[in-house]
Amino acid sequence: MGSFFHRHKGVTPYLLLAPGILWLAIFFLIPLAFLGYQSLQSGLFPDFQFTWEFSNFSNAIRDYHEQFARSFVYAGIATIACLVLAYPLVYWIAFRAGPWRNLFLLFIVAPFFVTYLVRTLAWLNILADEGPVVGVLRDLHVLGPDGRLLATTFAVVSGITYNFFPFMALPIYVSLEQIDPRLLEAAKDLYASSTQAFLRVTLPLSAPGIVAGTLLTFIPAAGDFINAALLGTPSQAMIGNVIQAKFLESLDYPSAASLSFLLMGSILVALLIYARIVGSERLTG
Amino acid sequence: MNPRLTRQQLLRRGAAGATLLSLPSLLAACGGGGGGGDAGGGELKDVLNFSNWELYIDTAQTRKAAGLTGPTTLEQFTTESKIKVNYYEDVISNSEYFATVQGRLRQGQGVDRDIIVSTDNDRFLGEYLTNGWALKLDKDLIPNITNLIDAQASPPFDPNREYTLPWFSGMDGIAWNEELTGPITTVTQLLEDPKLNGKVGVWNSMGDTLGLVMLENGDDPAKVTDESFDRALAVIQKAQDAGQIRRFYGNDYAQPLATGDLAASMAWSGDILNLGDPKVKWGIAEKGGIIWTDNMLIPLGGSVPTASTYMNFVYDPTIAAQLSLGANYISSTKGVKDEASKLNPDASANTLAFPTDEMLSQMHQNDPAMFSNPDYEKRWLAVQGK
Repeated sequence: MGSFFHRHKGVTPYLLLAPGILWLAIFFLIPLAFLGYQSLQSGLFPDFQFTWEFSNFSNAIRDYHEQFARSFVYAGIATIACLVLAYPLVYWIAFRAGPWRNLFLLFIVAPFFVTYLVRTLAWLNILADEGPVVGVLRDLHVLGPDGRLLATTFAVVSGITYNFFPFMALPIYVSLEQIDPRLLEAAKDLYASSTQAFLRVTLPLSAPGIVAGTLLTFIPAAGDFINAALLGTPSQAMIGNVIQAKFLESLDYPSAASLSFLLMGSILVALLIYARIVGSERLTG
Repeated sequence: MNPRLTRQQLLRRGAAGATLLSLPSLLAACGGGGGGGDAGGGELKDVLNFSNWELYIDTAQTRKAAGLTGPTTLEQFTTESKIKVNYYEDVISNSEYFATVQGRLRQGQGVDRDIIVSTDNDRFLGEYLTNGWALKLDKDLIPNITNLIDAQASPPFDPNREYTLPWFSGMDGIAWNEELTGPITTVTQLLEDPKLNGKVGVWNSMGDTLGLVMLENGDDPAKVTDESFDRALAVIQKAQDAGQIRRFYGNDYAQPLATGDLAASMAWSGDILNLGDPKVKWGIAEKGGIIWTDNMLIPLGGSVPTASTYMNFVYDPTIAAQLSLGANYISSTKGVKDEASKLNPDASANTLAFPTDEMLSQMHQNDPAMFSNPDYEKRWLAVQGK
């Protein structure tokens, strides 16, 4: 065996890659090809025929462009909210929390030991009309006497923000934690103010974490349906809700498959635009 | 197209190496094409696998609450027949259950269940039957089928009851939270009273919600026309646009009613009783309600004799009475009310499990043709923003 690898040195990387590639082929490419095949079918359940039915795609855009747009807007707002909330928090943990770092990181991750669904259901109680949050906001006249938080856009976006928070916080933490403090000392020695040191040293060095965090948050958030289903109303329906209903309720698999493809495609386009703006070397770390 | 690629064939192809795996035929096998198949058997087994909804059978606790003593009906069945029952409460919604089993059924394979339940006022029961995914009952093993009430003897989806038997029935009505509103007695009041704005729930299932609206409109839900459908849908659309409707619920409206997020909601009879909250009341709408039935059926791969033996057991009126008392839903077994009164003298006061003749006379059924109309389905989802 040893002599085999010795003689065929060039083969080793491919052998090491093989399990991963096989995994991708079986669990990503084949299902994707099947989804593509299904998206061009026509007919009624269970007798779908493959007919190159490209109208599935145009119909999907015609009927559901609103839900598509909403998904991207909600995911975008949630991603920005995650960033604004997470950055100062993990900055503090990375530079100021000292020996308590791991404990605080645990606090960020701890809610995620509970399943996604239960976490979201918890918000039903927290934001309930007769619950404590709404009560306080009504007393402060932030909300009117009949005002509510649940079943609003605010609730859905908040739910998404909450559920994807660690995906933003952890990558940023990792990139901040790796910053050599001597670089900041050097900046100070060169008469940089704290603000200047942050903007010219810390922020650029943490950019890979920010980019990774935004991708990890935005992509799944755009396809999310649980938050809109539990915390929203029909006016907050996202594209994930439409796909779910097409698959489960109408048994309209071709439409569902074409919607899934469109979602994937539009995320890819958004990603490419993002890559152009931030520079592709940061996307790949 | 090769719609009947079996598991063995698939494994053989897999063994031939992933690179040789022929993609087109795999795609074809996963995709279209029907094909019944007669998997499953004629042998009596010593285990019965039964999928049902949650809170839909007597348990030690519900028996106690209903004043019953002794072992549960499942335990009684095992003692009597020596058949062990694996009872799965894994039907969360008709659609999701169907989605999980349809892939295997389409290949003519079993789903490791001998009995599953599906509701008649939804499209999925019809799908099991018309696609040939249900096995015929062995009526020789079900002599108690004579106890089936006449009203259930010949439903449109199974006129001779060859494939299905009722498990429980329930009634569609309106529930309200007494602390937030007075009694809500009509669908119009529910959908238009400005005091309820944003605090009203309706179902996400078309048959139930539009059925109640059709009754309110003076239309017959058992015979739906394009006009009556349009009229009913417009009422829901209007209430939705006005912000009257908070959300379209599955079976999760009971809790929000209790916490006060909902002041009133369309609601199933037994759910409100099972909620056990005295401030949440339930009533039949003035123009009447919809009655629906969950039906037991044997999916492909199920053991017909084992399943039939169990169905015979539950059609014994004394067993049916215990089931009804324990789950608060309506049995389709003759004489169940008398048997229940023998077990618990107060039983007949439970009108949700044992509705009076007057209540039953207010009940209507959905038109099965409504569920197989893709245009209706599409528009019903559109009202829900989907």
